[in-house]
Formats: sequence, structure tokens, C-alpha cells
Amino acid sequence: MSLIQLLILIGAAVVICTVGGFSRTTRLRLPLMLAFSVLAIFWLQPALPIRGLDFFLPTGMLILVLVSWGLTARPEERSIRLNLRPVVIIAGIVLALATTRLFSLKGIITPSRAPQLWVSLIVVVIFGVLFLLVSRFKHVSKTWLGVSTVGLILIFILLKFPMLTEAISSSLRGLTGQNTGAASSLDIRWLGFSYVAFRLIHTLRDRQSGRLPGVTLEEYFIYVLFFPAFTAGPIDRVERFITFLRAPSPFSVERIEQAGERLFVGIAKKFIVADLLAMMALNAYNAGQVQSAGWAWILLYAYAFQIFFDFSGYTDIAIGLAGIMGVQLPENFKRPYLQPNLTQFWNNWHMTLTQWFRAYFFNPLTRALRSAEKPVPMWVVLLITQMSTFVLIGLWHGISLNFIAWGTWHGLGLFLQNRYSDKVRPFSAWLAERPGLNKVSRVLSTLLTFHFVALGWVWFALPSIDLSLSTFSKLFGFGG
Amino acid sequence: MNANFLRNVFLKAFGLFILFNLVWALLNPSGLGKLSLYNVLFKGRERLPFGENPAESYNLSLYNLDAMLASHQINAGKKPDDEFRVIVIGDSSVWGTLLHPEETLAGLLDNRQLASPDGRAVRIYNLGYPTLSLTKDLMVLDALRVYEPDLILWLVTLESFRESEQLLSPIVANNLDRVHHLVTEFDVPLKLPDGRETFWQRTLIGQRRSLADLVRLQTYGVMWSATGIDQVYPEEFTPAARDLKADDSDPGFMPPNLRAEDVRLDLIDSGMKIARGTPIWIINEPILISKGLNSNIRYNFYYPRWAYDQYRTLLEEESRLRGWVYLDYWNLVPQEEFTNSAIHLTPVGERLLADQVQAEIINYLGKFK
Repeated sequence: MSLIQLLILIGAAVVICTVGGFSRTTRLRLPLMLAFSVLAIFWLQPALPIRGLDFFLPTGMLILVLVSWGLTARPEERSIRLNLRPVVIIAGIVLALATTRLFSLKGIITPSRAPQLWVSLIVVVIFGVLFLLVSRFKHVSKTWLGVSTVGLILIFILLKFPMLTEAISSSLRGLTGQNTGAASSLDIRWLGFSYVAFRLIHTLRDRQSGRLPGVTLEEYFIYVLFFPAFTAGPIDRVERFITFLRAPSPFSVERIEQAGERLFVGIAKKFIVADLLAMMALNAYNAGQVQSAGWAWILLYAYAFQIFFDFSGYTDIAIGLAGIMGVQLPENFKRPYLQPNLTQFWNNWHMTLTQWFRAYFFNPLTRALRSAEKPVPMWVVLLITQMSTFVLIGLWHGISLNFIAWGTWHGLGLFLQNRYSDKVRPFSAWLAERPGLNKVSRVLSTLLTFHFVALGWVWFALPSIDLSLSTFSKLFGFGG
Repeated sequence: MNANFLRNVFLKAFGLFILFNLVWALLNPSGLGKLSLYNVLFKGRERLPFGENPAESYNLSLYNLDAMLASHQINAGKKPDDEFRVIVIGDSSVWGTLLHPEETLAGLLDNRQLASPDGRAVRIYNLGYPTLSLTKDLMVLDALRVYEPDLILWLVTLESFRESEQLLSPIVANNLDRVHHLVTEFDVPLKLPDGRETFWQRTLIGQRRSLADLVRLQTYGVMWSATGIDQVYPEEFTPAARDLKADDSDPGFMPPNLRAEDVRLDLIDSGMKIARGTPIWIINEPILISKGLNSNIRYNFYYPRWAYDQYRTLLEEESRLRGWVYLDYWNLVPQEEFTNSAIHLTPVGERLLADQVQAEIINYLGKFK
């Protein structure tokens, strides 16, 4: 996201804040939030070389969200009258974007020229028919909810597995009469899908377990596509999010001041600190060029801080933007590099992601293993659950050996830390009674944890195992 | 806190922003470029900053000559008493396009660890810059006087003498105040375009790009120190043309005679004045002498034979007339030892040139017994 794009999003947030601040216009708040969010998914989507794809991917996302709502909504929220407004807004936006092709050979709002009008019209008709269909659902079986979850995971795998993505690209190029030989896994970049998938799976799973609150179609769309959090989170929970849609934080100077402060801090973190660090951060290009262990460490530290400032900067921006509109998004980072152990680190790094995995993978798996007919030793349960959770988190970033290695690094690290903490519990208690020693111990633990995490970034930042291993050699003075 | 407080914050911030811009424009802190982390936190660069792909070359093109020099190893400190300082200036062939720093003429000579008979170590610095303009060289000559060179090697080629090219290169066009100084201080015969820096251009906003460049230059110091890389070395490049067009014309010169006013030999004389007595050797750098198609008409992509031959004659005559030390290595390097341009040498080509220059330097050092 560029600074100009960010300024436009701030403008959108201010408009919504202003509209929400007056009793006569406050009813426009949600429609405007929806409209800006839908526009943003088209506007922020990067241009793609496959003809029409950068229009159809956001459109497909709208259909996915509609279907997911259809599967999760309670019967009393399915009324056509209650939900017609968002359908009209979305259809209107899609058609309006399609008409931009009449005014420009390039894209206006869309990253490239929109497809022909009749194609967009068909999309809108499909959207409308789907709406009518889902609004008539009386009962959705748990099987359908499970199948939909699996479907989302499959789409995710298709998008993250380079060989599959390339095959899809080749097929799509063939369909559009483009050169199939030029197909690349980079041809299919679906902006925001990862985060959208997390939100959709959250609602599908909570519907299965009966915990999902009633949500209208408009609220559901805003929750999933909320423009401040669309590209980089945080991943809010729907029951928490809709409380701010229905009763936003009251307008006050303090609210705006706090939101402005978060925005300012976020912009400084992302566009000054992170972007400067990016110039010297470890990457696939410079990893093989660095000449000494000392400089390799500096590049690694630069990467560790760049990824933190970049990501937490975006979170601050999202929280600030949402705050202007009276929505409190959850925190995602709380001084993660100042934590004394790996468990604490993961409790404070990308918190909403780890909470998601804890809720929908780690806890269910732990319960399943603990309640197995044949008892499994606790340490085995811990090893399996932590390893598999972190390998999955790794795979979420991309299906490659390096991300598996990164996940394994953290999964093993957490397991070992857990076993170690158990063993030294009496010593920790003894240490706790000696403030001076305890402080020294905490500083050393924090340094150790930071370096464990920083070394883990080697797997994350570099594209191959070989390059990662040679970088480790270099870091410890064994490489050239 | 209330709305008035917020309004006051905005008003004060706006007021301070205006004030900072005004103060900046009035003070015009031109010496900012001299502040550098190079030679302090990072090792000094072995050639001047230049790069069109900063993300991969860890280098960038900027127009602040002070900052460029401050990032160079020549700025590491006071010149040691036991150093015989040689500075090489010129275009991209001196800077070393596609060559590692140690493969350039300056790098090769410096690594040969020459010494003068009076015991001084000969250190050779690369202050070439990839622009074909003698005016740019004059700017560098003027700026490097503070580094107390004992000898300056000034590599030139016909392209640098073109009247039309003198003020066109970005480094010159963005330093017209420096050129103006040359004109007023040393009577350099250059006609400067109208238009000085406006007040708006002197504000913080107006200078945001150059200030950002300063920060980026410092930041890339990390990568320069970590990798020793300051340009992209592609595995493949388009070689300089050997087969040439059947055309003896030149965009700047009218055949059959090269007019003296088209070739700015007088700028060499200005260089001598600017150097204020420091010995300068004018070196006509090697060019690609093609053996390909139409090589009977042209030497290479740049030069028709008639123009280049006359240029050599003019330069030689002028050197003899004015007593300049002139070394002509135009045909020293065979065509196989050129890379992507008719003046860019391979490491082997550079070694051939370095051998010749080294012999001249050793000969010259003999007088310091």
C-alpha cells in the first residue's frame, strides 16, 4: 500500500466518521463502510497478466462471502428485505466498475480495464440469484459447513502451492488465448484472500459449534472485507466486531486523537523505519553476497526489525483507520521482542493469528489427543500439537520447504522451552525471590528468545533450504 | 482534552512546518552533504556513488557532490605525510562499469603498491563518474583540491569534448551553482542557462528528494560494507557493436572537418587552472577499434574515423602547444577486450592500460629521489 492509497483510505474513514457523527446521516454509516470496503478490494488488487483476472478475483471474493453468509446466517437473518440493501450496493458497485471500461482503456479503480459489460452483468445476475437462493436456505447441515471449510482450505492450497498455481495460470492463459508458456505462479495473486479465508473459516466453524451470533448480510460483508484490515489483519472475531458496527465508540475528540496517534505511529513504523531497514535486511539476493559473519548478523537483525515494524506498522494503521470510524480492532503486537520466552513471544506476535490457530486447530487437536481411547503421554501431545500448529502457520505463509522448516523451528522451540520450564520450575521459584538475579535472568532470557526468533527468520526470509543453511554457516563463521 | 486542544495542535504543527521550511530555505544548509557515516561507521566507497538499480547495486545516483565525496575512501581523514596521492578522474571507463573496484585502472594501480624513491606510498583513488562531460570533470577537479593530490590522471575521449553535451548530464544540470563558481572563479568559458534555484526549491519540501537521497546513501553504506558490491554485475550483457553502420556522420560533428569550436579543448586548459599547479596528465583512453562490418568508415558506434582521427591530431597539437603531459592509448586494447561500450574495458583490457600508466608513473616518480 502506498502513502497516496493510505491518504485516500484515511479520507474514506473521515467521511464515515463524519456521517456517523450526525443523527440525520448516521444510517448511511454501514452502507458507506460496505461500499468503501467493496471498492477497496478492487482498487487494492494488484494488476495481473491474465486478462480479466484482477477483476474476477475480487468479484469471486464477493461471491465467496455471500455463500459463506448463506451457510452461516440464522434463519431469522435471511430475510430478503433485511438484506436487499447490501446486495444492491455490491451489484451497483460491480456494474459501475464495469462501466469504467467505457471511459478508459486502463483501469479506473480496477487495476486494469474492466471486462465487457455483458460479462459483468452475468456476474451480477449470478450474485443476485445466489442471494435469492441462500436467503431461502432453511437449514444448513454441519456437513455443508465442514465441506465449505475444506473448500476454502483447498483454494488456499491452490493459491499457495507454486506448482499448482502455475498450472492454474497456464489453464487460464489457455482459456483467454494468452501465451501458456509464460505462465507463472505469480500470475495469480489474490489480495487479501488469506485473511478473508481466516474470517470465513472462523464463522463456519463457530456456526458448526453454535457459537456464531446472528449477523446480517451487510454486517457480514463489512466484517470480512473491512477495508482497514483487509490486506494485513488483524483477524477480529465476528461477535466482537459487530458490537462496534451496531454501537460504535461514541464520537469524541479523544477517539480521533487516539486513532490519529496510532495512524501516525503506524505510518512512521511502516514508511520510515521498516522501509529504511528493508534496504539492508537479509534477503535471497544479498544472503549470498555478504562477506563476513558480523555483517550477516547485522542483515539478520535488520530483517528481524524490518518485519516487525512493517507488520506492526500496518496493524497500527488498521487500528487507527478503524478507530476513526468508531471500530476498535484487536491488538496484534505487544512488544514481542521484549518477551523472556518463546511462549510469551507467540502470545505477543501476530496475536490474532495465533489466537485463531489456537481456537480452531491447537485446542481441538489437544482435546482429541487427550480424549483418545489409548492414552497418549502429555509430552507427546504437546510435541504433536505444537509442531503441527506451527508447521501449519508456516504453510499459511506459503507451501514450501522453508516455511515448513520455519514452522518446525518454532514448534520444536516451544516444545523444548515447555519441557525446560517444567524442569527448572523450582529454580525459577528460587530466582523469583531474588529481584536482582531475576532481572539479570530476564534480560538474558529475552536476548536468547530474540536471537532464537531472529535465527528462525533465516528460514522465513530465504527461498531455499540450501541458501538458509549456507547463511547459518556464515552467521556462525563457517561460511565464506 | 477537547476540540480546541486538537485544533491548537494542528495549527501549531502547521505553523512549525511552515517555519521549518522558511528557516531551511533561508539558511540553505548546503554543507549537510559533508556529514557522512562513511569512513566512520562504514568503510569508504572505492568509487563515487552511482547506480540506477539501488536495490541490487546498493548504490544510487545523487547530485550532491559533497555527499558523494564524503562517502568516498579519499575522505577518510587527513592525507598522511608518507602518501603520494594520485587521483584518477574521467567517465564510466574510469569509474569501471561492469568492473569490480579492484579491476579498475585506479584499483589495479593501487594494488600494485608503488612507492616513490623518497619513501612515500603511492595511493591511487578512483574519482571517475559515469558521465561524458568535461564540465563534470572540472567540477570534480575543483572539489578534489582539498584532498591535496600529488598527481591527477584525467582520462578523456572525444565524446567528453562535445560542446552540446557539457551541461546536459544530470550531475552537471543539478549543480549549476558549482558550474557558475567555475565560470566566475576560473573564467571557464561556459554559457550557463538562465534560472537559479527558486525559493520554493530551497525549502524542505523542495529538497525532499535530495534529502531522501542523502539518507538512502547512508543506509546503503551497510550493504556496501557487508558485500563490497556497488554495481550490478549481470551474467550477460549486450556487447558493444562490432558491425557498424555504413555512415560516417556524427550527431555533433559535420564531415569532413572537425571544427575547433565543436571540440572543447579549452576546457582542458580550464582544468589546469582549477588544479592550481597540481600536475595533470591528459590520457586519451582506449577505444574499441572494430574489425567488423564498415570498420573502414567508423572505429566504433561512437566515432566515425575521420572525426576521431582529427580529434587526436587536435588534442596532440594543443597539448604540445600548451605543454600538457599527454598520453595517447587510443589503440592500446584489442576489440575483444571491450564489454558493453566502445570505451568499457574488460579486466584484461584494464590491465593492459594499467601496465602502460604504471610505467609512466614509475618514470615520473624518479624525480622525487
